[in-house]
Amino acid sequence: MRRSSSKKKSGQSTESVTTDLFRSASSKASNKEMDRIDHLFNQYANKSSSLIDPEGIEELCSNLEVSHTDIRILMLAWKMKAEKQGYFTHEEWRRGLKALRADTINKLKKALPELEKEVRRPSNFADFYAYAFCYCLTEEKQKSIDIETICQLLEIVMGSTFRAQVDYFVEYLKIQNDYKVINMDQWMGLYRFCNEISFPDMGNYNPELAWPLILDNFVEWIQEKQA
Amino acid sequence: ILFKVIMMKEIILLDEGWSVMETGVAKLQRILEDLSEPPFDPGQYINLYTIIYDMCLQQPPNDYSQELYNKYRGVIDHYNKETVLPSMRERHGEYMLRELVKRWANHKILVRWLSRFCFYLDRFYVARRGLPTLNDVGFTSFHDLVYQEIQSEAKDVLLALIHKEREGEQIDRTLVKNVIDVYCGNGVGQMVIYEEDFESFLLQDTASYYSRKASKWSQEDSCPDYMLKAEECLKLEKERVTNYLHSTTEPKLVEKVQNELLVVVAKQLIENEHSGCLALLRDDKMGDLSRMYRLYRLIPQGLEPIADLFKQHVTAEGNALIKQAADAATNQDASASQVLVRKEIELHDKYMVYVDECFQKHSLFHKVLKETFEVFCNKTVAGASSAEILATYCDNILKTRGGSEKLSDEATEITLEKVVNLLVYINDKDLFAEFYRKKQARRLLFDRSGNDDHVTDITLARELQTNFVDYLSANMTTKLGIDFTVTVLTTGFWPSYKTTDLNLPTEMVNCVEAFKVFYGTKTNSRRLSWIYSLGTCHILGKFEKKTMELVVSTYQAAVLLLFNNAERLSYTEISEQLNLSHEDLVRLLHSLSCLKYKILIKEPMSRTISKTDTFEFNSKFTNKMRKIRVPLPPMDERKKVVEDVDKDRRYAIDAALVRIMKSRKVLAHQQLVSECVEHLSKMFKPDIKMIKKRIEDLINRDYLERDTENANTFKYVA
Repeated sequence: MRRSSSKKKSGQSTESVTTDLFRSASSKASNKEMDRIDHLFNQYANKSSSLIDPEGIEELCSNLEVSHTDIRILMLAWKMKAEKQGYFTHEEWRRGLKALRADTINKLKKALPELEKEVRRPSNFADFYAYAFCYCLTEEKQKSIDIETICQLLEIVMGSTFRAQVDYFVEYLKIQNDYKVINMDQWMGLYRFCNEISFPDMGNYNPELAWPLILDNFVEWIQEKQA
Repeated sequence: ILFKVIMMKEIILLDEGWSVMETGVAKLQRILEDLSEPPFDPGQYINLYTIIYDMCLQQPPNDYSQELYNKYRGVIDHYNKETVLPSMRERHGEYMLRELVKRWANHKILVRWLSRFCFYLDRFYVARRGLPTLNDVGFTSFHDLVYQEIQSEAKDVLLALIHKEREGEQIDRTLVKNVIDVYCGNGVGQMVIYEEDFESFLLQDTASYYSRKASKWSQEDSCPDYMLKAEECLKLEKERVTNYLHSTTEPKLVEKVQNELLVVVAKQLIENEHSGCLALLRDDKMGDLSRMYRLYRLIPQGLEPIADLFKQHVTAEGNALIKQAADAATNQDASASQVLVRKEIELHDKYMVYVDECFQKHSLFHKVLKETFEVFCNKTVAGASSAEILATYCDNILKTRGGSEKLSDEATEITLEKVVNLLVYINDKDLFAEFYRKKQARRLLFDRSGNDDHVTDITLARELQTNFVDYLSANMTTKLGIDFTVTVLTTGFWPSYKTTDLNLPTEMVNCVEAFKVFYGTKTNSRRLSWIYSLGTCHILGKFEKKTMELVVSTYQAAVLLLFNNAERLSYTEISEQLNLSHEDLVRLLHSLSCLKYKILIKEPMSRTISKTDTFEFNSKFTNKMRKIRVPLPPMDERKKVVEDVDKDRRYAIDAALVRIMKSRKVLAHQQLVSECVEHLSKMFKPDIKMIKKRIEDLINRDYLERDTENANTFKYVA
């Protein structure tokens, strides 16, 4: 909340006055920051909808020198808590950039490595992983995502850390017929799989546990291939 | 003078008093040696008793309790050393045993009398000082001086006698018993003496004796003969105990015998190729098998190998039946699976008798039967599940009762009971139920036999039909032109039937419409679905040679009536006009052009229907009969039944899962699965993968959720 620096109550102590001054100074600074953030927003936003749309995001990406399928954009979206894929609202933009303390493109670019580190922390990554799924749900009551999108998403989110698993899983998804869509439970199951099961031997995988059925079938398929 | 009668209370000196005792002892010993010595008279007895009494009560220094106690011991020791032992040593073998028995009896008498004389000692001196009683002293003397010297030799003689008896000779059992009593007696209330000095040697001897026998017999004899001998030996050994051994020896003795005769050779005996368990089963030797059971029942883990072989045998028999059926089926023998059921029932009955009679209903063998039949009864034969085969079997039994070769009511009842016995083993009980219901319904519709609901429904349907006829004559100005009968069934009482959107021939459409209107007057809250597959038509075919009546299904009639308006029709044209599926149409056309009665001529004349065929009315068709039935082979209902049951199962699994989670709130995956399987076990054995799939579906529909901490646990979502 902005505080006007001209407000001064009579009878205030020196300390509280100083605090006030300090606050107002920093709020002045943060005001300036927010202005710059807003300014940046307007650079990319669509004038009529007041949102950054896919076109704007593409421009943003090129300015940041990252591909729009790069995981870091998704991480940015996560930081912003962006709700709709392909769009950033003004509030989301503010939220994200403020948290990153970036009010220029350069600062934003510089903030990306740090952001990536933050997201990859185990305590955050599960949340990010789940977020990535929800981010792809476009319709209101939608609960599942089609196979093709899932493959792309997997590539983006897990491609760099679990290369082998992703390759196998994507191949499996494409040839199997049991499932045409993947739901959140299966998506999270895959995350657990990558983290807990040794690959490619999968010696510690036990199909009698509560692994989603698609993973049981996946493991069977690999084992048949290996035989 | 033998006795000094003491009148007044004079002091008796030790030597004085004791010399009187000694004369008493001498007399006693003469009595024992059987030297025609007269017995003690009361006076003598009292005198001796009193002397001791007085000597004990005298004032010091004349109280001679201690001395007397020692002298008592001395007397017995002396007798044992000087008389008893030498007489023992003189004799050997059985004579020695007899002497022992005699000397032991004597000893007991000696001690009894002497302690009576010295009773006062026992009562006061011994008691006060806590010393061994006179009885004990006496027995110790015998034990130390006589028993110990000869017991080993005696034991050897005994064992030799027992061996003799085992080899079939007669021995003096009373003698042996009496000698055993000596051993026991010397234990003075404890069994240690008997056990150490005799029993342990007996057991050892027994073991080596039967070990030798076992080797010999197992080489020479067949399994049944061996078992007979073993049984006999056990019986004899038990008798031995009763006759002369101490009762506590029995379990130990039996154990040794069993060990040598049965345990050590168990494998060899039971698994003997020619006469062992498997051979006995093959040759139906129930008596021998009963014996085997009796013998091995009491041996720990004794029955397991027998049960295993029983399992092997029954499994082999069952597999042979299944193979037979499979072979017959590939040779187009349609009755193969029915024969299989009959034979399975016979097999089950046969071995149930074995379990009851040979194996005394023991749980191990019950289990074998259960496990083997669970395997057979769930095998598929010629593409049909056992559930279906069993349902067909029941159907055949119940169909057209009253025919000459069918079973009487009682026999039917019994056979059906036996079928129920097999049903217990089938996993897919719900599948059986569905097939059974469908067949039952067909039976009821065409045979008019069956349960109450169906019968009531049919009766109502007939009433309705009568009303319909009345209605027609009262209301219709245009005649239907066809004799038309409708049977209305109540859904729910009957299995579900497939309906189609058949385009009826015009003639029939009128009838159907008329009935609809009529039915509307009877009730307006019900909807009619027409099941043409169950209908029958009588059609007049005007063939060149003669007009014939054809009895066909409604579907076939629909096809035939098309040819009233066209000479020749292609498959496509027929298909368009009738609006049936390719599958159904192929079946129909096949039945009219490729089977026994070719009402239609097909071009080309191949044996299968293809979409490019054309059909023509076969005016040249004829038959010596005036009326023929052109059968339409029934649609394979198997697929539909399996589909229906699968669908029901999905609902059943869902319901069970929700019910379980609702009451447990939180549950681990494995537990959920196993409880679910148990809940449903009465009707079918659910596939684990299907359960997993249903769980995932329930998660998707927000009935359950995974625990955030532990992915293997589920929580109920209220």
